[in-house]
Amino acid sequence: MKPLINSLPDTVFTTKVDSLLNWGRASSQWYMLFGLACCAIELMQTGGPRADVDRFGCVPRATPRQSDLMIVAGTLTYKMGKRTKLLYDQMPDPKYVISMGSCSNCGGLFQLAYSVCKGVDKIVPVDVYVPGCPPRPEALTEGLLKIQQKMMRERWLVKKPAAEDSVEA
Amino acid sequence: MEAKELYEKTARRFPGKVSEFNGDVLEPYFYVDPSTVVEVCTYLRDAPEHRFEVLSDLTALDLPKQNWIQLVYHLYSYTHRHQAVLKVNLHRENPRVSTVENVWKAANWFEREVFDLFGVIFDGHSDLRRILLPEDWVGYPLRKDYVEQEEYDGISTERAPLVDKLLR
Amino acid sequence: MSEIVSTAEPAFHTEDMTISMGPQHPSTHGVLRFVVKTDGEVMSEAIPDVGYLHRSIEKIGEKVTWHGYVPYTDRADYLAAMFTNQAFCMAAEKLASIEVARRGEFCRVIACELNRIASHLISVGTFGQDIGAITPFLHALRERETINDLMEEICGARLTYNYIRIGGVGYDITEETCRRISEFLDHFEPIVDEYNRLLSYNKIFIERLANVAPITLEDAFQYNIVGPNLRACGLKWDIRREIPYSIYPELEFDIPVGTGEKGTLGDCYDRYWVRIREMQESCKQLRQCLKMLPRGPAIAKVPRRFKPPAGEVYIRIESARGDMGFYVVSDGSEYPYRVRIRTGSFTAMSLIEKISRGLMVADLIALIASLDVDAPEIDR
Repeated sequence: MKPLINSLPDTVFTTKVDSLLNWGRASSQWYMLFGLACCAIELMQTGGPRADVDRFGCVPRATPRQSDLMIVAGTLTYKMGKRTKLLYDQMPDPKYVISMGSCSNCGGLFQLAYSVCKGVDKIVPVDVYVPGCPPRPEALTEGLLKIQQKMMRERWLVKKPAAEDSVEA
Repeated sequence: MEAKELYEKTARRFPGKVSEFNGDVLEPYFYVDPSTVVEVCTYLRDAPEHRFEVLSDLTALDLPKQNWIQLVYHLYSYTHRHQAVLKVNLHRENPRVSTVENVWKAANWFEREVFDLFGVIFDGHSDLRRILLPEDWVGYPLRKDYVEQEEYDGISTERAPLVDKLLR
Repeated sequence: MSEIVSTAEPAFHTEDMTISMGPQHPSTHGVLRFVVKTDGEVMSEAIPDVGYLHRSIEKIGEKVTWHGYVPYTDRADYLAAMFTNQAFCMAAEKLASIEVARRGEFCRVIACELNRIASHLISVGTFGQDIGAITPFLHALRERETINDLMEEICGARLTYNYIRIGGVGYDITEETCRRISEFLDHFEPIVDEYNRLLSYNKIFIERLANVAPITLEDAFQYNIVGPNLRACGLKWDIRREIPYSIYPELEFDIPVGTGEKGTLGDCYDRYWVRIREMQESCKQLRQCLKMLPRGPAIAKVPRRFKPPAGEVYIRIESARGDMGFYVVSDGSEYPYRVRIRTGSFTAMSLIEKISRGLMVADLIALIASLDVDAPEIDR
């Protein structure tokens, strides 16, 4: 597979194969349980009976080695920062990060605190921000759908002129 | 037992070391000399008319105007259903006092927290190290003159400008 | 040290390993870390390492006003947020000698008991999940969704409520909501039997929990264990009866106590069983409150710039996790001088180091889940 990435010309065939690969990945995002604080409870309820996130193929995994999505749910403290980076590094590529809730977006109502990191994007790169305190399960589901849309826009097989394999916006 | 009676019995037992009973506040309390904290606590736990089996809380207050750090002990008795409040004044520059860990084991973690946030040293404690903050944190945050550090572990502690205005 | 009965040959060389369990792990008790010294199955020591969720809620109390601090108390224990709200508001009211509106008191108790049921549902559900029974957890989440809907009708939020304010409550409870609460109670009381069929009388569950990590009453006093954990050790102690507050003296309810029926007194099963029974008692109290709800305003008149006179107060309430104490010091200004939150989970964690010697690793999970610790209460 590796020699094929970024090497083929832009034809209908490669677009279709790209779409197939992206559809397979987007329909089964396995998220790592990284619930830190109150948003973790809403994350649990989103995986629960009513706002069922399993119907989108999202299954919670306990280990970063088997997951491709990290949902940072809750307040990030400085003591936890190093461990977050370590867990992010342990996830295999391609990986995505959702920042759930005000505390991980920007520090939230704990910006007055001395021990809280003002946003998880100071430590890991974030793809989607979901606002709320805590966000409703419907809001988090919308965040997951936005990640799906982002995944569907990616192109893997086509040779790009600038030879960069970052995601197009 | 009434708070005043409790104070009088304790003062008779430890003359000169227990003083200044404050009775007409919401929670009556009295002061204890730092050198006899352990003996007073052992007496209050074991004497049959007191029987304070439980240390409900051990915390501290920072009083920069009087140059004290004041430790506050809340004791409770399930047998007699009464509570006691003890206060110990320590000098702010060098706050040291003996540990009551051997009287109530719950004091172990309470004292670690007071050490972590206020900087009070407890002599005789089995494991005095920081508990809530990282081991390499500098400073004692709950003191009134605490200044935050510029960055920790490579992450800057800068806040959004609007939030800075809210901080007094 | 651990008592290992080994039939292995003496030449078989083993050594202890030190493993870090956490801070990210599939249990939902929050970010807790244990440094475990084990030979693979039996532990010789499990040292807790906390502070990964230290959000300095106590220091923030000195920077915001009295009314503005109530949302922060929500986050001090987000599973039982109404209790922390109530404790702080009671402290402010006692300092300023404010009398709470009578209808407000009833609204407070209704909201708090609903929250107690929700918190115990999570506790029981995650307990089953940690032992390995995944299905009852989803049943618990289903019931909790209904309670979240009721909370949303009452105050607008599902998890962090900011409902109980100084002087009363933020919003009044309507007739429609009262009707829905009674419907929920009619539906919920038989559901507890469902939990008994699924979990409580399940032979595997009982074998996993009976005789595991019993806590003696002496240890409970030394380490200041409170709440359902203390009642499971055999002591009939509930702040709502012993140091009554609010309108609890007018309600009739029982205090469930552990009896050691399936194993030793004070083991993990007793702690679980006390919580199941407490859910049933909360239902009884809710029914009585709904019948006795008086008319009138839901909140007393409290000035916008709240400045209580100088003084200090220590309030105890019976939260879902036990005796929660709020020590609040005021110096007469608009901002509190010191707010101290003493929670049951903090001291329960310190007990784990002593009790876990000689336990197996899987029993450590059962012990943590049975004590119902959660990270925001420990770290604040």
